[in-house]
Amino acid sequence: MLNLETQIGSLTLKNPIMPASGTFSEELAQVFDLELIGAHVTKTITRQKRSGNPTPRVCEVRGSMLNSIGIPSKGVEAFKTHVIPFYRQYDAPLIVSISADTADEFAWLCEEISVPGVDAVEVNISCPNIEEDGKAFAMRPSTTEAVIRKLRSATDLPLWAKLTPNTGETIDVAKSAEAAGADALVVSNTLLAMAIDITTRRPKLGNLMGGLSGPAFKPIALRMAYQCAKSVTIPVIGCGGISTVEDVVEYLIAGATAVQVGTATFIEPQIMVRMVDQLEAYLNAQGLTDIRQLIGSVEDGEASDGLVFMEAAP
Amino acid sequence: MNSVTAQPSLRFDGIKPIHGDECTIKSNRPVNGEYRLMVLAASSKLLDCEPGQFFHLLCPVTGDLHPYLRRPMSIYGYYPDAGELHFLYKVTGEGTSALATLNPGDTLNVLGPLGRGFDILPRWTNLLLVARGVGLATLAPLALKARRLNRRLTAICSARSEDVLMSLDYFRSLDVDVIAVTDADGTSNVDHLRFIIERLIREDGIDAMYTCGSNRILNLLQAVGKTHDIPGQIALEQQMACGIGMCQCCVRAFTRNGAIVNERVCREGPVFDLQEAIGC
Ligand SMILES: Cc1cc2nc3c(=O)[nH]c(=O)nc-3n(C[C@H](O)[C@H](O)[C@H](O)COP(=O)(O)OP(=O)(O)OC[C@H]3O[C@@H](n4cnc5c(N)ncnc54)[C@H](O)[C@@H]3O)c2cc1C
Ligand SMILES: Cc1cc2nc3c(=O)[nH]c(=O)nc-3n(C[C@H](O)[C@H](O)[C@H](O)COP(=O)(O)O)c2cc1C
Ligand code: FES
Repeated sequence: MLNLETQIGSLTLKNPIMPASGTFSEELAQVFDLELIGAHVTKTITRQKRSGNPTPRVCEVRGSMLNSIGIPSKGVEAFKTHVIPFYRQYDAPLIVSISADTADEFAWLCEEISVPGVDAVEVNISCPNIEEDGKAFAMRPSTTEAVIRKLRSATDLPLWAKLTPNTGETIDVAKSAEAAGADALVVSNTLLAMAIDITTRRPKLGNLMGGLSGPAFKPIALRMAYQCAKSVTIPVIGCGGISTVEDVVEYLIAGATAVQVGTATFIEPQIMVRMVDQLEAYLNAQGLTDIRQLIGSVEDGEASDGLVFMEAAP
Repeated sequence: MNSVTAQPSLRFDGIKPIHGDECTIKSNRPVNGEYRLMVLAASSKLLDCEPGQFFHLLCPVTGDLHPYLRRPMSIYGYYPDAGELHFLYKVTGEGTSALATLNPGDTLNVLGPLGRGFDILPRWTNLLLVARGVGLATLAPLALKARRLNRRLTAICSARSEDVLMSLDYFRSLDVDVIAVTDADGTSNVDHLRFIIERLIREDGIDAMYTCGSNRILNLLQAVGKTHDIPGQIALEQQMACGIGMCQCCVRAFTRNGAIVNERVCREGPVFDLQEAIGC
């Protein structure tokens, strides 16, 4: 018997493949049976209704994309009445992603959505904190710790902290999130990037800059997932550029307990289901029986902490 | 890339499944200096379409062309009996250039049918369609449906010049009254269009108007619609990533009950109420 089951703290997922926030919605149920994936992760919501950024909100860069969608949100009430009931039809755990401009509002929202039907809260602390000049909470250990502490006391549900690659302090941020009570880390959100149309000389995104996602981003997010897995004991969920089953396996080997698939779903909407099948086939072909035989199995030898926790390219 | 392996769940009330499939190209030829017609062999599940809906095409990566995201393309024709899906497209950039490289026998991954198509309400008997340029691709399948429902259809087809006017024979073969106007002979300007439309309203009456694309035509039809209290629908475009409603990148602003609302072109559209649309 093959075992694809994985454990994120107290939550058991029947397989390690789940969607990344903002790249998944109820509509995908028209493409495949949503019960087949490990968990459901919803688009980040905010307390109030918001309209998001100006268009164009996406552009492509060679083999990848940038987005500046922002967080258009119908608000928490609409979410509770329309979205949570939809996902209650499924056994797969529902992970709700939330965001706020201040730590207090974050905590308020977290408490507000800790309702039956929600199995964990993913806190998108990669968004700007208006009390810190718009710097993302997860850019610094201190702001990460402060917001996670408030969130921790706002809910009994598992808390997943979603980190940002836009920091030079990945390891300290990861440790702060763990110390403040996060149950898992999602590594990571998109990397701030830019593209300019050389004919018009205009930035390709309405918001000037946006987040890089897709295959070009994978080595960066993989490096971060590896570093986080080496520095905390809570589970790390790998996210960034996954588009093949080999990418999934690579993240597991790096130390991720599960993975999130984002942009690849835009290219092939049924890709997560295909990856579940292919992961099984991979285990079979390798003579393995359990994905736990892959998780954290990276052969990094006797690498010193100095190397593992490096925050600069050599 | 494989075609779908898993069946969609039926837990999405009243909404049809979306299919991803690999289709074989039957032909892919220029129809004039600007547009190409691509004919695909498609399975019947893909062909349960409505006029105005679209497919999201995974354009091939070939040579110097590296399109990444899918490209939205209106259904120009869907023929369940012949098992064919048609697209009429203009080569404008990387994705459409890559489409143009496909040869008969090659395959193309398509996702759809997507979005909400045009309505033909029971009381709408005299229909008017005003198409400019590639907007024709989106509006053409309306002609087939209008005929199936026994409605009378007039099509005003506008283009820069005679040689890029398309589908006139196609429309005529479906008993559509065709009025061709061009920039070259000075017949496509707004005043003249208005004159033609007002005459049609006077002589035969018009119950609904359909259009696509052009801002000039949108403004004109909105004005005519308001004056004569004639409803209408417009198909709109916006850049897309997912095409099925997940990413929110394709929103456009609309006016509804005096307020501005944002809707997703891929999901609530691409067909919208004519009076609610805002040009760009
Ligand atoms: C619902 C819908 C139906 C369409 N139907 C047709 C059709 O039947 N025939 C046809 O020729 N064209 C149609 N278009 C426009 C077509 O999608 C674009 O011409 C095409 O995406 C251009 O891609 P490109 O890579 O060649 O151009 P590039 O300019 O290189 O594209 C860069 C990016 O911008 C996007 N983009 C560029 N122009 C448009 C546009 N007008 N609308 C949306 N996205 C755009 C591309 O998808 C791509 O992501 C339709 C668009 C929509 C939204
Ligand atoms: C269009 C789009 C919208 C996104 N929206 C959100 C969001 O609302 N909240 C969030 O935490 N991450 C969001 N993300 C980031 C993804 O969840 C993911 O972290 C990132 O895209 C990297 O994974 P990928 O390379 O597999 O896409 C979004 C990404 C994209 C492409
Ligand atoms: S293209 Fe993603 S929501 Fe419309």
